[in-house]
Amino acid sequence: MATKLPKVPVVIVGMGWMGGIIAAELAKAGIKTVGLERGKRRKTEDYFMVHDELRYALRYDLMQDLSRESITFRNTSKMTALPMRTHGSFLLGEGVGGSGVHWNGQNYRFLPYDFQIRTKTIERYGAKKIPDGMQLQDWGITYDELEPYFDKYEKMAGISGDKGQNPMVGKRSADFPVGPMKKTPGIKLFEEAAKKLGYHPYMVPSANLADNYTNPDGISRAACQYCGFCERFGCEYGAKSDPVVTVLPVAEKTGNFELRDLSNVMEVLHTGGRATGVRYINTLTGEEFEQPADVVVLTSYALHNVRLLLLSKLGKPYDPSTGTGVIGRNYAYQVNGGGAQAIYEDREFNLFAGAGALGSCIDDFNGDNFDHSNLPFLHGANIRYTQAGFRPIQTNPTPAGTPKWGKEFKKQSLHYYNRILTIGVQGSSLPWRHHYLDLDPTYKDVYGRPLLRITYDFEDQDREMIKFMATKTIAIANEMKATKTQASNTISNYDIVPYQSTHNTGGAVMGTDPGNSATNTHMQMWDAENVFVIGANAFTHNSGYNPTGTLGALAYRAAEGITKYMQQGKGMIG
Amino acid sequence: MAEEEKDQQPKQPNGPQDESRRKFLKVSGAALGGVVVGGVVGGLIGRNMNQPKQTQPGTPAKPGQQTKDFNQALMYMNAEQFTLTEALAERIFPEDELGPGAKALGVAFFIDHQLAGQWGTNGRDYMMGPFQKAEATQGYQAIFKRHELFSTGLQAVKNYAQQKYQKGVPDLTPEQLDELLTVFEKGQEVQINGLPSSVFFNLLRSSTLEGAYSDPLYGGNKDMQGWRMKKYPGNQMTYMDIIEKEEFVTYEPASLSDHMTQHG
Repeated sequence: MATKLPKVPVVIVGMGWMGGIIAAELAKAGIKTVGLERGKRRKTEDYFMVHDELRYALRYDLMQDLSRESITFRNTSKMTALPMRTHGSFLLGEGVGGSGVHWNGQNYRFLPYDFQIRTKTIERYGAKKIPDGMQLQDWGITYDELEPYFDKYEKMAGISGDKGQNPMVGKRSADFPVGPMKKTPGIKLFEEAAKKLGYHPYMVPSANLADNYTNPDGISRAACQYCGFCERFGCEYGAKSDPVVTVLPVAEKTGNFELRDLSNVMEVLHTGGRATGVRYINTLTGEEFEQPADVVVLTSYALHNVRLLLLSKLGKPYDPSTGTGVIGRNYAYQVNGGGAQAIYEDREFNLFAGAGALGSCIDDFNGDNFDHSNLPFLHGANIRYTQAGFRPIQTNPTPAGTPKWGKEFKKQSLHYYNRILTIGVQGSSLPWRHHYLDLDPTYKDVYGRPLLRITYDFEDQDREMIKFMATKTIAIANEMKATKTQASNTISNYDIVPYQSTHNTGGAVMGTDPGNSATNTHMQMWDAENVFVIGANAFTHNSGYNPTGTLGALAYRAAEGITKYMQQGKGMIG
Repeated sequence: MAEEEKDQQPKQPNGPQDESRRKFLKVSGAALGGVVVGGVVGGLIGRNMNQPKQTQPGTPAKPGQQTKDFNQALMYMNAEQFTLTEALAERIFPEDELGPGAKALGVAFFIDHQLAGQWGTNGRDYMMGPFQKAEATQGYQAIFKRHELFSTGLQAVKNYAQQKYQKGVPDLTPEQLDELLTVFEKGQEVQINGLPSSVFFNLLRSSTLEGAYSDPLYGGNKDMQGWRMKKYPGNQMTYMDIIEKEEFVTYEPASLSDHMTQHG
């Protein structure tokens, strides 16, 4: 029997970037909130020993404890989905700050094309360009409408980037609040090569502060030291923007916000199309609580938001056989591949140094920045060279054909450790009718609740895009004054084992039509107006970018929507 | 050893490690001022100011000074398993003119210690059933744990050596060991608990590299020699001064234990 707690105006489920932003904005507006987080509290002091590749990068210290809960996966609905028994393809976070703690900090804005992808694709190429089964849909909001929120988020997080307007991306109302990161020799080689080919390289917008910075909330943080421990690690300097060093302290300082850690939400309680609160378990004691609230805001990771909706029987589950229902619809991922390597026999680079978002990139082949008339795919990829800091266990580069162990392996991997610059491709992932999320019929979590099941595979669209991108990356590598270059241009089936990207999107998408979206553009549920579902679950497709910048903007806009909803007390926010 | 290596290397960019660290702490401490996010930096500065600099318990021995390494004992394996592991790991990462191999780096101790801990018992992995046959894209689905895979893998190696060469593993020539490992890597001849031997081989290979290159606190990478071979600086607090440099910079590596001694 759950202990019933006093009612609060707003309960927020999940204390990562989304939860932190909502908590801070509502708290500043004078609205009392409770934030629930299944994992533990964190602070920068916890990263005293963070320069530990084994513990953090290979033993996943900051990641979700899969012994308690995982997901299941299959490529197609003909297969039996099996549990992800250890971390691989993506790294689910856990604890205060969520995945916002272990991210790299690459911080983009999705393109104007992304938000109106269906309309703009049909305008330029006709409806026939969209293949059968591809559920391309507009987001219900335009880039211009979202621009002020991008700006607000970037000023909070102290995003570092080039001054001036990049012609390949949406128009900015203001420069980045902090100047760009420092340029390494590898970055300069990439930039020069890209320029020579007529492209438009720019410094990756970075949440690793390029300089000391005080944000509009009064939070001061020191500059990144390029120590080379970002992705999979927490930042002991607080130089990498994360919720723990930005929005959460702002929320807590107001006195309007209470954070309860080790509190795992089991279900959203609802009746007659309205949520009444949530039920959660203290993960240490097993004690159950009911937290009544006027408004329930789901801000956990995209996959967990979708699972909680399905477990709570909130919203209509997606049925791939009919294409109806919305919870679980339009799951997408990220398509990486087609990278090229520039190999240098005559020099070594300081590749042990770096930062998660230190790099240069081009968008000349992203979105619809290039003509797809004669191409067998839509959208594209961000092509970049980044220097995140090579760590020695995971980085053992050898030329093609080298054995994987033994004397020759040792010799080559030591020789090439600091001699290879890799140009990467971060490709978009478009939604298909048969890619979706639902509850697994067999596998359960530690509480006996079904795991979330992912049904997903790469498509010809993806394989063709990668083949095309490889021609571009090798062309750039060939201009980088290397001794030799090499590229790979194929991907086969999606495999959950090797790490690829933690950019899982969709499953409760936003839009203007309750027939194909779970929420409106404030991420307010059509089927329960006092529930907001905030996260990458809202993306109708995934762009050729890291998602956090766009998520931040959507969260700031949603915070306004929630505030408005609290004021008017009912109805969908327009 | 450490001294010799140091002499062969170009001088460090920032002077001694301690100094660059202190300089960084001063700079960032000043920048941080009294805000809420002092974190580790704040903690270190505080301790620095309050404590006289002195050698504390746990300080590693000075280079050249021989001390007993109490970490070099076994938590999980028996003596035979340890010998086997050492022999196999040495072939994966052999000693050569570039530097020490797995044996000298303490890799077998590393693997032993890891198998004894939560990784060896899959403590943070999803281990609930049912256990079913998987497609290659679905990853490891076996019911048994890493330590069991490793132990049975060693037994399979022993059996294979006996059957193929009529010898114990320690009596095999390096060439025969390589031949054996190649068979195990391919995974077509030998099955281990119903899995191809390549699953065991991959575990052996990845844990050997982990033992060669992880922080010495785990028992491998002895005296940071793995890092030195790879010109990897280990645990440095800042690369601010070299991040833009064209020329390659070699550091005397630092380990996490430095946090305990200089500033702990």
